[in-house]
Amino acid sequence: MAEIVIKGVAKSFGAFTALHSVDLTIADQEFMVLLGASGCGKTTLLRIIAGLETPSQGEVWIGGRRVDHLPPRARGIAMVFQNYAVFPHLTVFENIAFGLRMAKLPQADVTRRVMRTAELMHIEQLLKRYSGELSGGQRQRVAVARALAMEPDVILMDEPLSNLDALLRLEMRAELKGVLAESKTTTIYVTHDQVEAMSLADRISVMNGGYIVQADRPTEVYRNPAARFVGSFIGNPPMNFLPARKGNNGRWHVAGQDFDGPKAQAAEFAIRPEDLHPAPIGLRAEVRVVEPLGPHTLVTAQVAGQPFRAILESDNQIKPGEEITLAPIPDRIRWFDPETHKAIT
Amino acid sequence: MSDLTPPAAPLQEARYAGRFLFWAGIGLLVLWVLVPIWFLFINALSAPSEVTSFPKRFWPSFDMASLQFFWNFQGVTNALWNSVKVAVLTMILSIGMGAPAGYALSRFDFPGKEFFRVLVIMTRAFPLPLLALPLAVMFIRTGLDDTILGLALVHAMLALPFAVLITYSLFSGIPVELEEAAWTLGCTRLQAFIKVVLPLALPGIMASAVFAFVISWNEVFAAAVLTIENRTLTAFLLQSLNVSPLPLKFAGGAALVMPALIFIFAVRKYLFAMWGIANR
Ligand SMILES: Nc1ncnc2c1ncn2[C@@H]1O[C@H](COP(=O)(O)OP(=O)(O)OP(=O)(O)O)[C@@H](O)[C@H]1O
Ligand SMILES: [Mg+2]
Repeated sequence: MAEIVIKGVAKSFGAFTALHSVDLTIADQEFMVLLGASGCGKTTLLRIIAGLETPSQGEVWIGGRRVDHLPPRARGIAMVFQNYAVFPHLTVFENIAFGLRMAKLPQADVTRRVMRTAELMHIEQLLKRYSGELSGGQRQRVAVARALAMEPDVILMDEPLSNLDALLRLEMRAELKGVLAESKTTTIYVTHDQVEAMSLADRISVMNGGYIVQADRPTEVYRNPAARFVGSFIGNPPMNFLPARKGNNGRWHVAGQDFDGPKAQAAEFAIRPEDLHPAPIGLRAEVRVVEPLGPHTLVTAQVAGQPFRAILESDNQIKPGEEITLAPIPDRIRWFDPETHKAIT
Repeated sequence: MSDLTPPAAPLQEARYAGRFLFWAGIGLLVLWVLVPIWFLFINALSAPSEVTSFPKRFWPSFDMASLQFFWNFQGVTNALWNSVKVAVLTMILSIGMGAPAGYALSRFDFPGKEFFRVLVIMTRAFPLPLLALPLAVMFIRTGLDDTILGLALVHAMLALPFAVLITYSLFSGIPVELEEAAWTLGCTRLQAFIKVVLPLALPGIMASAVFAFVISWNEVFAAAVLTIENRTLTAFLLQSLNVSPLPLKFAGGAALVMPALIFIFAVRKYLFAMWGIANR
C-alpha cells in the first residue's frame, strides 16, 4: 500500500527555481510517468521523492507516512539510475543481493530472491560477472533487478532506457511494463520520450519549466491537452495552432472559415494533424513538402501564413505547390486561451 | 629574398625546429634526472676503491663492500628504523586527515571551498626554515622535540596537501550515483562509504599513502632540526657527511633513493591524477 502524495513541493538552487509548488497524487500500484523537455525538473522531483534532494518547501507522503525528513533508506523506495549505478567492485549477484544483505536477510532468502529476480530479468547466466563485463542493456537489467529484489513499495526510475539503442529500448520497454505490473509496486518513471510515456503510463504528468501542467491518462493528455504546451509537446508532429477571431454571429473566424467555438473573449484554434482530411470546403492550405511515410503521408503546408501539418491517407496525389482544402473533424477541434495558454472547454 | 618561395616552406622549417627543440628538451630533462641516479648506483654498487676512479664503467661491478660498510656503520640501522617509523606514522596521519578532507571537497559544496583548495596548496609555499625555530621552541615546551611523533607531525603537514589533492581527485572519479544507489538500498552515509566508495578508492588511497611515506622518507631539514638522539636516516647522513668516507655517502644515498624511486614508480598513475591529467 504505497500511495504517494506530493504537497506543494518546491525546490530552488540558489536564485534558480527548479520546481514551483508541485502537487501530485499517485495511487497505489499506479505507473506514473513524468514527461517533459530537458531541464524541466523531472529528475529533481524524482530525487526529492527518493530523499536524495531536500525540498525547499512542501511535503512528501509515501503510504500514509510523511517522509520528507527521512533518509532514502527509510522511505521504502528503490531507484534505478539513468547511468545504472551498478557497483563495479561487486559481481552481478552481489549487486542484486546488496540491499538484501543490508536488510540482514538470511543467506537462503538472499539467494532465493536474487535467483528469482535474475530469472525475471533474464540475467541468470550473468550472475558471476562484474559490471565492466556487461553491455549497456545487461547493466540496465541488473539495475532493475537490484531494485526489484528489494520488493519495495515504490520504484523510481530516471530515464532507465535512454542509453540503449532503439531496438533494445523497444524490447526493454515491453518487458519492464510486464515485470512492473506483476510486481504490484507503485512506479514513477521519468522520461523525455513521449512514445515511451504513452506506452507505459497509467497516467502521465507533463512537466514544463518546473510546473506540472497536466496529469492524466495518456489518451486524455493526447486528446484533451490542458494547455497549449501539452499539445505542442506531445504528438509527432505536434498539434497545429491558428489564431481565431470572434465574428458577429458568435462563431469564430479561422483562416477564412467559420467554426463553432467557446463563449470566451479570445481563443486560439488547435487541431491534431491526423484529425484533418481533404474536403471541398475547409482550411485553405498551400502545400510545401509532401513526405510519404508508408501508411500515411505527412503534408507540410501553410495556412494563413502559419506552418501547418496534416497526416493524410497515403493514396492521395497531393504535390508541393498545390493548394488544397483541409477539413478538421469538428469534435477534435480544441481551443486555448491566447493569454493563459490554458484549454477552454 | 625570392617572392616565389611558397609560404609553406618556412612554416615546415619552423615545425622541424620546434620538434627538435621539443625532443632536445625532453632529452635534457631525462639526463638531468637519470645521470645523478646512475652515478649514485654505480658508486654504491662498486668496490670502494673504484669510487674515486675515472673513467666510470657503465655497469657497476656489483661489489657489495660499500653497502656492507654502510650497513655496519655505527648508528645506521637505528636511523633507518627511525626513518621507517616516522614515515609510517606520517602516512597514517596524512591519510587519516587528508582523505576526509578530499572526500568533503569532492562531495560537498560549502562556502570558501575554492579558497580552501588554494590554501591547501599554499601551505607548501610557506618555507619550512621560517617555521623551524618557533616549531622547535614549541616542541621543546610540549615535550614533542626529538620524538618520532613530533617529526611525523611536521612531515604529515608536508604530505597533507598531496594527500588531500590525490584523494580529492580519487573521490571525484567515483560517481555520486554509486553512493546514492547504496543509500536507497539501505545504507547510511558511513555504510555507503565503507561498502562502496572505499573499495573503489583503496588502490588510490594506498598510492597516496605511499607518496606520504616517500615525502617523509626524503625529508631532511625538519628531521635535522627537530631530532638529536632519534635521527632519521637523512638527518643521520647529513650529520655524518663530513666525517664519513665517500663510499658510505654513496651507499647511504642509494639506500635513500631506492625505496623512493620504486614507490613513486608504482604510484605514478595516481600522481598524474592529482593534476587532472588522464594517463591512459
Ligand atoms: N544541483 C543543482 N544545482 C543547480 N541547478 C540544478 C541542480 N540540479 C538541477 N539543477 C537545475 O534544475 C533544473 C531541472 O533539472 P533536472 O535535472 O530536474 O531536469 P530534468 O527535467 O531531469 O532534465 P533532463 O531531461 O535533461 O534530465 C535544470 O535547469 C538544472 O540546471
Ligand atoms: Mg533528468
